[in-house]
Amino acid sequence: MKIEEVVRVLNADVYYGNDLLDVELNSACAADMMSDVLAFLKDQALLISGLCNPQVVRTADMMDIKCIALVRGKVPTEDMIRLAREKKIAIISSKMRMYIACGKLYESGLKAGEVSV
Amino acid sequence: MSSLHMEFDVAGNNFVSAGSASDEVKSKLKSIGIDPTIIRKVAIGMYEGEINMVIHAGGGRAIVDLYADYIDVLLKDEGPGIADIELAMQDGYSTAPEAIRDLGFGAGMGLPNMKRFTDEFNLQSEVGVGTEVRMRVYF
Repeated sequence: MKIEEVVRVLNADVYYGNDLLDVELNSACAADMMSDVLAFLKDQALLISGLCNPQVVRTADMMDIKCIALVRGKVPTEDMIRLAREKKIAIISSKMRMYIACGKLYESGLKAGEVSV
Repeated sequence: MSSLHMEFDVAGNNFVSAGSASDEVKSKLKSIGIDPTIIRKVAIGMYEGEINMVIHAGGGRAIVDLYADYIDVLLKDEGPGIADIELAMQDGYSTAPEAIRDLGFGAGMGLPNMKRFTDEFNLQSEVGVGTEVRMRVYF
C-alpha cells in the first residue's frame, strides 16, 4: 500500500511528505509507547500512534519507518515536522481513533508484517 | 585500535534533543556501508540508553567504537544509580514518573530492549555514583 492510499483510507492531512506519497508500505505497527516500537527488529514501514512529540519521529528514524500516522486528530509540532523533513519520513494525521484507523488499514490490505514475539 | 571512534555528551533533561547521538551514529554507520540489521541493533540499544540517561541521570556520555568484527557502545552517567539491577532488567518494571510515560517512555522496556538486541550487555551501577552500560554487537 502506498502512503497515498493510507492518507485516503484514514482521511488524513499530510503535514510532511507530499513528495513521498508514492512510497510503498508493506507493514505496520501501532503503539503509544515508543519502547514497544523498539521491541521488534523487523521492518515496520508505517507507525500509527497517538503520541505526538519529537521522539515519535526519532523512534521512526531508528527503525527505518517511512511514514507516521498520528491518530485522534493530533497535530505534529514544528520540531516534529522539521525532524521528519530532515529524515524524509512522511507525517500525516487522522481524526480517527487508533482502533478504527488500524482496522480500516488492515481491512484495506495492510498487514502487520513479520514480527517475532 | 578501533577504526572509528565517536564520543558524545548527552544533555540531561532535554527531551527534544534526546536521541541525536544515536541518530548521528546510525547515519555514520550507514554511510560506511554497515549491514542495516546491525545498524538497527546498535541504534535501538544506544537510543534506549540515551533516553534512559536523559530521563534518569541528567545526561551522560556515549562512546562508540567500530572494530573489524563488532561495534562497542559505552554509556556512562553520574546519575542516581540503580539500586536493584535484577528488578530493573525485568520487562515492564520502571521507576520513571508519570510525566515520562506521557512522553511515550518509561514502560520498563528500555533495558530489556538493550539487552535483547545486543550480543553482549553489561550493566554496572552504584547508587549515588552512576551507571555504566557496555553493549557489543557482532557483525
